[in-house]
Amino acid sequence: MLLIECPWCGPRDESEFAYSGEAHIVRPLTPEELTDEEWADYLFCRRNTRGDHLEQWCHASGCRRYFNVQRDTVTYRIKSVYKPGEPPPGDRP
Amino acid sequence: MSQPHRLAEGGRIDRKRPLTFTFNGRVYPAFRGDTLASGLLANGVHLVARSLKYHRPRGIVGAGVEESNALVQVGEGARSLPNLVATQVELYDGLSARSVNVFPSVGFDLRAVNGWFARLMPPGFYYKTFMWPAGSWRQYEHQIRKAAGFGVVPTGADPDDYDHMNVHCDVLVAGAGPAGLAAALEAGRTGARVILMDERTEPGGALLAGSGRIEGLPAGRWVNRMVEELASLPEVQVLARTTVAGYYEHNFLLALERRTDHLAPGSDPGPRQRLWRIRAKQVVLATGAIERPLVFCNNDRPGVMLASGVSEYIHRYAVLPGSRAVVFTNNDSAYQTAFDLLDAGAQVEAIVDSRPAGQRSAEARERGLQVMNRHAVVDVRGAKRIRGVRLMALSADGGSVSGKGRLACDLLAVSGGWSPTVQLHAQSGARPAYDARKVCFVPGPSVQAERSAGACRGSFDLQACLTEGFRAGAAAAHATGHGDGGLSRPIPSVEGREGDPIQPLWIVPAGKPVSRVPKQFVDPLMDVSAADILTAVREGYDSIEYVKRYTNLGMGPDQGRLGNVNGIAILADQHGTDPGSIGTTTFRPMYTPVTFAALSGGEQKELFDPVRKTAIHEWHVEQGALFENVGQWKRAWYFPWPGESLDEAVDRECLAVRRSVGVLDASTLGKIDIQGPDANVFLNRVYTNPFMKVPIGRCRYGLMLDENGMLMDDGVTARLGEDHYLMHTTTGGAAHVMSWLELWLQTEWPELKLYMTSVTDHWATVSLCGPNSRRVLRKLCSDVDLSRESFPFMAVREGAVAGVPARIFRISFTGELTYEVNVNANFGRHVWEAVFDAGEEYGITPFGTEAMHVLRAEKGYVIVGQDTDGSVTPVDLGMERMLGRKKDFLGKRSLFRSYLVRKDRKQFVGLLTEDPKEVLPEGGQIVDDPSAPLPRPMLGHVTSSYYSAALERSIALGLVKGGHGRTGETVHIQNFDGRTIAARIADPVFYDPKGERQNV
Amino acid sequence: MQKYSFLSLARNALTYHENWQRAWRSPDPKPGYDVVIVGGGGHGLATAYYLVKEHRVGSVAVLEKGYVGGGNTGRNTEIVRSNYLWDEAAHIYEFSLKLWEGLTQQINFNLMFSQRGLLSLGHTLQDLRDIQRRINANLLNGIDSEFLTPEQIKEMVPAIDVSPRARYPILGASLQRRGGTARHDALAWGLARAADSVGVDVIHNCEVTGIRREGGAVTGVDTSRGFIKAGKVGCVTAGNSGVLASMAGMRLPLESRPLQAWVSQPLKPILDVVVMSNAVHAYISQTDRGELLCGAGVDSYNGYGQRGSPATLEHAIAAIIEMFPRFSRVRMLRQWAGTVDTCPDACPIIGLTPVKGLYFNCGWGTGGYKSTPGSGWVFAYTIAQNRPHRLNEPFSLERFATGHLIDEHGAAGVAH
Repeated sequence: MLLIECPWCGPRDESEFAYSGEAHIVRPLTPEELTDEEWADYLFCRRNTRGDHLEQWCHASGCRRYFNVQRDTVTYRIKSVYKPGEPPPGDRP
Repeated sequence: MSQPHRLAEGGRIDRKRPLTFTFNGRVYPAFRGDTLASGLLANGVHLVARSLKYHRPRGIVGAGVEESNALVQVGEGARSLPNLVATQVELYDGLSARSVNVFPSVGFDLRAVNGWFARLMPPGFYYKTFMWPAGSWRQYEHQIRKAAGFGVVPTGADPDDYDHMNVHCDVLVAGAGPAGLAAALEAGRTGARVILMDERTEPGGALLAGSGRIEGLPAGRWVNRMVEELASLPEVQVLARTTVAGYYEHNFLLALERRTDHLAPGSDPGPRQRLWRIRAKQVVLATGAIERPLVFCNNDRPGVMLASGVSEYIHRYAVLPGSRAVVFTNNDSAYQTAFDLLDAGAQVEAIVDSRPAGQRSAEARERGLQVMNRHAVVDVRGAKRIRGVRLMALSADGGSVSGKGRLACDLLAVSGGWSPTVQLHAQSGARPAYDARKVCFVPGPSVQAERSAGACRGSFDLQACLTEGFRAGAAAAHATGHGDGGLSRPIPSVEGREGDPIQPLWIVPAGKPVSRVPKQFVDPLMDVSAADILTAVREGYDSIEYVKRYTNLGMGPDQGRLGNVNGIAILADQHGTDPGSIGTTTFRPMYTPVTFAALSGGEQKELFDPVRKTAIHEWHVEQGALFENVGQWKRAWYFPWPGESLDEAVDRECLAVRRSVGVLDASTLGKIDIQGPDANVFLNRVYTNPFMKVPIGRCRYGLMLDENGMLMDDGVTARLGEDHYLMHTTTGGAAHVMSWLELWLQTEWPELKLYMTSVTDHWATVSLCGPNSRRVLRKLCSDVDLSRESFPFMAVREGAVAGVPARIFRISFTGELTYEVNVNANFGRHVWEAVFDAGEEYGITPFGTEAMHVLRAEKGYVIVGQDTDGSVTPVDLGMERMLGRKKDFLGKRSLFRSYLVRKDRKQFVGLLTEDPKEVLPEGGQIVDDPSAPLPRPMLGHVTSSYYSAALERSIALGLVKGGHGRTGETVHIQNFDGRTIAARIADPVFYDPKGERQNV
Repeated sequence: MQKYSFLSLARNALTYHENWQRAWRSPDPKPGYDVVIVGGGGHGLATAYYLVKEHRVGSVAVLEKGYVGGGNTGRNTEIVRSNYLWDEAAHIYEFSLKLWEGLTQQINFNLMFSQRGLLSLGHTLQDLRDIQRRINANLLNGIDSEFLTPEQIKEMVPAIDVSPRARYPILGASLQRRGGTARHDALAWGLARAADSVGVDVIHNCEVTGIRREGGAVTGVDTSRGFIKAGKVGCVTAGNSGVLASMAGMRLPLESRPLQAWVSQPLKPILDVVVMSNAVHAYISQTDRGELLCGAGVDSYNGYGQRGSPATLEHAIAAIIEMFPRFSRVRMLRQWAGTVDTCPDACPIIGLTPVKGLYFNCGWGTGGYKSTPGSGWVFAYTIAQNRPHRLNEPFSLERFATGHLIDEHGAAGVAH
C-alpha cells in the first residue's frame, strides 16, 4: 500500500489514486505525418523501466488531478512528486 | 474433577473461574486463562494430532506461536474453525475441539499405515510415479486428495462480523515482551503516538514464562508496573491478542486483532476479528525469538517438547508436562528449564549437553542434577508418548557418536538454540543475515523505517533486551520529532550471568548414515526429515528454494517457523558452507494466518461494491420491477404484471412506446457538465465528428474513440449556452469517460480553458417516449412551446415540468417522439409520478432496460459494450459519416493503419431469420458453411437479438466479416445448444428506416 | 536419463534412496552455443527441449539468472486451459493444451496435470452474452466448452453461492472440462530434466547483462559468468523482457506488473474444479495439498518487486467470500506475486526482431503458464527456421503497427 503525496492534497493511501502509465508521453502534433510504426511507438511502446520510473497518477478519489511520480519499480520507493508541466527531476536520457 | 498435572499454585490462570472443555469427545476441566494446549497437558493429554503424510502420532511441542503439531478443529457447523493451533486457542467454558485429519481417531488412525510405506515416499515421489497408465493421474489424485489437508471448511455462511480499522501512528511496536514494553514505554514518554501490539492474551512475552527478576521485582510484577504506566500515557494504545502479520511498502502494516475468539460464540455483539491497517512513521520490531528443536531420530514423538515451552507451561499455566524429564541441549537456555522442572517437583533424570562441561553444567551439578556433557539423545522410545531416550557420547565436533545408554522418562525438553523472529523485518524488504557467533539469522540493514530490538535481533539476554528496547523506543520517537533520542531514566538492572556459547548441532548423528536411521524430523508438520533434504540434494535440488519446493520444508501452516533454520543449516553442511551463504527463503506475509473475512473487512453482499440507485428507484420496487446490474447501478429491467413472463412484459412495454407512450428512468446515463470558452475545441478533439459549431439549444450525437481507434463511448452532447455544454455518456462508461477527458485536459491540453463536472447524480431523467409523449408533457409544462416547429428534434429547452425547473431534451434512443425531462434529482420521483398521473389517459407504461434494448435494436442503434467489444471502429459500424475529415481527433490516426482499412473486417449488420418466430441466440457464431470441418471458419457473431412485437418478427444485430457488402446473403448461426439457424444479412435499421417517427 | 516409475522408486527404496542420480546436470557454460536461450523458466526450457528434439539443433544452452522455475513458472496458480475467444489465441492455447495432455509421458515426469474442469462465472446479462459467444467460438475452434446454469454450477461446486442475495449474483458459467491444473514446479523440473537429457546445458546463476551485436546481427551474450558466443539468442524472460529488450536497443509494447496469488491453510477437499470470475476479479482452486489457491487480477501499477498490493488482495478476497461464503473463516497462509509482462491486447509477442538472430517470446501477461509447452514449441520452430510458425505468426511485433491486435482482455481479464 503505497503512500503517495498528492501535490495538492498531501500524502494519501494508494487506494485513493489511479495509475495512469508512463509520464511524458507526448501526443504527436501531426499524427497524419507519422508512419504506422511511429504511431505504434507512441501508442504502445513504453520504457517499462526496472528502477526509476517516471509515471502518471491521478488522485481519483480526491482532487481528481493528474501528477507525476518518480518511483523505483523494484523497491517501490517514491523519490519525488511533481505537477504536470514541471520538468522531470534529474537528467533523463 | 482433577487436573493431575496442574501445580498447586502459581501461573497466570484464574483458579476462581474453573471451566470445562471437550476434546475428541471427552470432557476435561481447566481454568480461565488456559489455552487448549495447557488444558490438555494439565489433564495429561499429549497425543493430539497426526502428521500430514505418515500420520504419525504427534503431541504438543511448544506453548505459543511456535507450535506446529497441535492443529485442531474448534467448534462445529458454520462457526467451526479449522487448523487452529492448540497453544493459541484460549479456553472458554464449553469449548469443543477435535483432532484433524484422523480416521477414525487420533489414538487409532488407519492412515498410519502410510508410515509402513514411508520408504516408498521419499521427497517428490509423486513426480516419479502415478504415471501409468497414461492419463490416469486424475484417478490417483482423487485418492491422494482425500488424504490431504487438515481441517474442514465450516458448513455454512459465517455468522460473525469483521471490520477494518485504519490508523496512523508515530511508532508501532510489534511485540510486548521485555524489549517491546521498554520501547513502547520510552517512546510513549516522549508524547509520541504509540501503538503496542502483542499476539498473546496479555503483554509480557517471555517475562511471563520465566522466573527472572528485574529491579528486584519478579518479572511478572515488573510487567504489571510497565503496563500501568503505558495505560497512563494518553497517546499510547496497547492491543493484546493482536498479531502484526504483514509488513508492506511505505511502512504499511496489517495486524489481526482477535476480539472474541476467547469468548463463547455469540456472547459478544461486536466484530469477531478486526484487521488493523496501520501506517507507522517508525516501527520497532520486538517480536522475540523461537526456540529450535534438535534433529534426532523420532524427535517428533509426543512428550518431546521445546524446553522453553516446558518452562512456559510451568510458569504461565502452572502445568507440569511430565514427571520424569530429560533435558537435551546445545546451549545454556535449557538449563533454566531443568531448574524449573526441579522446582516444580519433577524428577530430572539428566541434562544431556552436546558441549563440554561449562559454567551452567557446574551450576546444575551443584543443584544435584546429573549433567551428561558431550552426549546426545540419538533416539527416543515410545510411539504415542515417549518412554525413554537412547543416549550416545558425542565427539567434540558433534560429527560422530559412540557408546550407548538409556534413560527412562516421559518428557524430553530440547533446545537447539534460538531463531530470532525476523519475519516482519524480512517482509519489509530487508535481508536477514547469518550470525555465526549467535548461530542464527539476525536482521540485516533496514530498508524501511524500522529497527529491531531484543531477541528478534539476536539478543537473548534479558538485560540486552531491555537496553535495546528502551533505546529503540527513544530513537524511533526521536525520528518522528518526539523527545531528544536520549533515555528518560536509567535502564533497569537485571541479575545477569555469563554463559557458555552455543554449539551448532544440526543433525544429531546416530551412528549410521542419515538415510538409514529412523526419521529425524526437520519440519515435523510437513513430515520432512533430514534424510529427505539429503535426498533432494543428491538429486540436484540443492538450493534452499529447491529444497523447500521439493521436500515441502516450511510449506506447511507454520511457514517453517520451527524447522526452516535447521533445514538451511543441514543444506549448508551438505555444501560445506555456512547457513549464511545458503540464505533464507523469502519470508512472505502473513506471519501467522489471517482470516479471509478479516482481510475483506466485511465487504460482503450489499457492501461488496457500492449500490447506486436512482431517485426513482423505490417507485420501481413498489411496482414490482426486476432489476439488472449495470456497473454499480441497479436499473429497472422490466415491470412484469402478475403472471407475466419476461417476454410478455417486454412485448407489452415495447408496444406501449410504439403506440402511445412509455416512460423510462434514464437517470443513470452519465452526465458531464462542461463550461468554458474552449469547451467546443475540447469536444471537437475528443469526438470523431465536428463540434465547433453546435448552435445554442441544440444537441449533437457524438462518437468517442480510444487512441487505438476503437469505439469507446457514445452519447448526445447539448449546447446549453455560449460556453456551456452537457455531455451524456453511457451508464457503464461514465466514470471511465470522465477520467479519460480529465487526462487529456490536464496532461495534454492544459491550455484549454474549461471545467468539467460530473453531474450524473444531480439530475433525474424521465424519458417520455412515444407518439403521445407530447400530449402528456403538455399537461405538465406550460412555459415551453413543445410544437415541432419551435422545439424540433435534437433541441433542448428549459422550462418548468410539474412545477419543477427542468431541462428537456428532444433526443431519442427508441426512434419515437421523445422528451427527456431532467430535473433536480430531489424532485425526480415527484416529476415521475406527475408524468404518470398525466399519462394515465394514454395508458402510460413504465418500461425497463430490456424493452429499451429491443426498441433501440429495432432502430439499429448500437449499444457500446454489447454490439461492440473494443475491437470495433465507427467504419465497422457503418458510421464513416461521423468521422471528421478536416480535423484531428483522438484515435483518428489509428483508423488508417493497414489492418483497419481492410474491407473484410467484421462489420455491423442486421440479421433476419427465415422463420419470423425464431429468435437468434445472442453470442451465436456466424458461419458460411455450417458443416465445414473444425476448426470452422467464423464470420462473426450475433451481438443483439430480440423478438420485436412492433414488427411481429425476430430481429438481430451482429458483426459479420465484410458484412456491409453482403446484404441479402444467407449465413448460418450456430449455438452450443446444437441449433444451426439460417439468417439473411440485412440493413440494421428495421423500424422506421427514414426516421420519421422521431421527427414529428 | 534415469527412468522414473514405481519400479525405480521401489528399487531405490531398497538402497535408502542413496543412489538417485541428479535430475539434471549443472554444467558450467561453454564458450559458445548454436542457440542460447535466456531465461530458465518453463517457456525457455521447453524451447530448448524442442530445439533439440524437433529441430536437431546441435548445441543449446539455457541461461538462468537464479534457479530453474524461480520466476513466474514457480509462482503462478497452476491453471491450464484453452478457452480463449479469438481464433489466433484459441489455436495456440489449444495446441498447448494438447501438448500438456501428453507431456507427463513424453518427459517421464508426473506433472500432476489434472483436467479437473474450469468454470468462468458470469454475473451480469452482458457477462452471459460474452460467455455464450466464447463458448460458441471455442466449439467451432474444436475446443470443448459448455454452458452451465446456476443450478448446474451449484451441483458441480456445492460450496458456491448461486443465490440472488449476492451483490453480483452468479447467472451462469462456461465450463471447460479439459481445463484444470498442473503442478508448476513439476513443469519446471520435468522440462529441465528433459532438456538436459537431450543435451541442453541448463546453466544456473548466470545472469545476462548484455546482448552483443555486430552489423545488426547478434553475436552472443555477456553474462555474470562471462561472455557466451551464440549464433542465435532467444529471450524468454517474462517480466524482465523489457530489460532484455533495452540491452538490444529496443523498446517493446510491454508493461511489467505484479500478479498476486495466495493460499489458505490446507483443508480437506471442498473444491474439485477451478472457478474464475472476471466480473469480481478473483479465481480459486484447491491444491492436492488441500490449500485453497487464489489469485487476483493484475495490480494496477508497474512493479518488478514480486510483491503485491494489499489493496488488490483485500478486494479479491472479498470476491472469493462473496462467491464462497463458507470460506469466510478460512485463514490465509501466505501471499506472493510474480512479475508479468502485459501487452496492450493481452496477447503475447513471439517472433523475430529487427536484430538478426535475436528472437523474443514475451508479453504473455497472465496467460504464460498454461501456454508453456505450446509457446516453447512454436518458439523453437521460429528460432530454428528463422520464421514464425503459422500458430505464432499473428503474434508478431508488426501487429502493433498494422493494428491487427487480438484483444483477449475479455478472456484474460482475470489473471489465471
